Amino acid sequence: MSHVAAAIAARKKAGSGALIGYLPVGFPDLETSIEAAVALAENGVDVIEMGLPYSDPVMDGTVIQKATQSALADGFRVAHGFEAVAAITARVDVPILVMTYWNPVLQYGVDKFSDQLLAAGGAGLIIPDLIPDEAHEWLIESERTGLDRVFLAAPSSTDVRLKQAVDKSRGFVYAVSTMGITGARNDVDMAARVLVARLRKVGATSACVGLGISSAAQVREVLEYADGAIVGSSLVTALAEGGVPGLARAAADLATGTKLA
Amino acid sequence: MALRDELGPYFGDFGGRFVPESLIAALDELAEAYAKAKVDPAFQAELAYLHATYTGRPSIITEVPRFAEHAGGARILLKREDLNHTGSHKINNVLGQALLAKRLGKNRLIAETGAGQHGVATATAAALFGMECVIYMGEVDTERQALNVARMRLLGATVVPVKTGSRTLKDAINDALRDWVANVDDTHYLLGTVAGPHPFPVMVRDFHKIIGEEARRQVLELTDALPTAVTACVGGGSNAIGIFHAFLDDPAVALYGYEASGEGHLTEKHAATFTRGRPGVLHGAHSILLQDEDGQTIESHSISAGLDYPGVGPEHAWLADIGRATYLPISDDEAMEALRLLSRTEGIIPAIESAHALAGTMKLGQELGPDATILVSLSGRGDKDMETAGKYFDLLDNVSKDDA
Repeated sequence: MSHVAAAIAARKKAGSGALIGYLPVGFPDLETSIEAAVALAENGVDVIEMGLPYSDPVMDGTVIQKATQSALADGFRVAHGFEAVAAITARVDVPILVMTYWNPVLQYGVDKFSDQLLAAGGAGLIIPDLIPDEAHEWLIESERTGLDRVFLAAPSSTDVRLKQAVDKSRGFVYAVSTMGITGARNDVDMAARVLVARLRKVGATSACVGLGISSAAQVREVLEYADGAIVGSSLVTALAEGGVPGLARAAADLATGTKLA
Repeated sequence: MALRDELGPYFGDFGGRFVPESLIAALDELAEAYAKAKVDPAFQAELAYLHATYTGRPSIITEVPRFAEHAGGARILLKREDLNHTGSHKINNVLGQALLAKRLGKNRLIAETGAGQHGVATATAAALFGMECVIYMGEVDTERQALNVARMRLLGATVVPVKTGSRTLKDAINDALRDWVANVDDTHYLLGTVAGPHPFPVMVRDFHKIIGEEARRQVLELTDALPTAVTACVGGGSNAIGIFHAFLDDPAVALYGYEASGEGHLTEKHAATFTRGRPGVLHGAHSILLQDEDGQTIESHSISAGLDYPGVGPEHAWLADIGRATYLPISDDEAMEALRLLSRTEGIIPAIESAHALAGTMKLGQELGPDATILVSLSGRGDKDMETAGKYFDLLDNVSKDDA
């Protein structure tokens, strides 16, 4: 079983589900982003989703855009991502999935990117603008390296496409909670509950819900039906406003949503 | 297979769908609706009627002998898309997609715009069909094309200035895509060029290919022969593919696209995608783009907002790859010189975008000589560019002089 799937399964077995936390590399600077990821791991986050900044992030809302744009303006390079993964995995035993868009991976070389990610101790990749239909090269390289690959499933996806996402994903399948982009929302859509149920029907054993989750209560609600809850923008905001200590408090608070009542 | 018969999603290595899963259902729905409309006589008749009674098609061709004296004496014919309603070729695609949106029951149109031509055309169609309209426009472009912002608002559209990234066309497309991901149920993204995920490149091309089909007929009638070459400016490439397409399987007809090289293709301030770019993925398609070593998109620069784009449509990338079309850079200065020349020799003020095609044609005419006939896509008119031209040529009286 993949490191990510194992971490999620362990939390499930303990009676709840996993908390997956997103932060971009290089924000507010490389060193702080590494400290921040370590703080996530030490405060109840089970899987880290580490964003590699990209110039044209169409799936990201304003909070994450602002953070990744500032990292790029400060000279972020893709190679810094591998440095960060290595530095974090040397300190904490939490699987790290890198989240980035397809062009940076393509330009680095899908094979070389996979090798470097594996060597750094990374667990796999989430590529929101890559659908399985276009992922031929990544499917080959992820098989070769054993890296996890997380594809997205949307409320609008047909059952055939949901099955394809489940079959091709390893680690978990990313259930998009709502028709939208990243950003905190007050209500996580009812659509998420329906989507996860549909994913179960086509064989999903590891389905995590993301987009719009920002409170412990929402985490608890999502874990009633899903295997994991993914939180991004609210963590980025906590880091921007309160530094690493503020982020640690936010993560610890979110993690109470994974504790049994 | 004839080159004209390529239907996507791939043109050679280029094209595809590199978008979030959330958009796939909408793209499938659009592709299906388009496939039906394409063979539906009622749809085609409705579009043809609109073109005849609203757009003003067919657009004429104009021979420009005084301008041609500066282009090696070659015979030069302009395809006058500048005379279309709203002032450019953009209306061809907009009316087609707006009709499709109506068929899909989507009453909200969103679009990106660079120069504002596509935004104005989309706002026009929304007004005509009674639809809601939101236009995303880079903040830099809202400043340099203020007149078009006013036109869109007058037509009832909401114009959203985009403040992220380079604050130009590329970022306007990002925000339009984000809007579409969130509102896909009731919204049609009326993409304005032959880029983006399938089916946009092929669908937008089909709505513009009328340009070349009319022009091919008109040139044959006038000269009893096909032209030696066909030229057009290329940003995303919609007017270029529109005029090229009818000639793709006429191997004797050379095809030239002119991209904007801004301050020069050897400087860092250019939009010369073919000259300086390489294959990669941007805005949902695998094509050619300006990017750094890490695959981050490089911001483009051009005096022409409509050509200020770091990518290009996948069909153009393919035509370049197989050697069917040639793409060359034209600088800001060369384009502005051609703009002034056409104005002074023929009384036609072209859009700065189209002036890139004219500047390229002047060079091409020198190479081909007086026996050649060159058909040029005059994609838009220059009214919107008067402020830029006024500053560039120092044509505006300053206030103190007015007061004196």
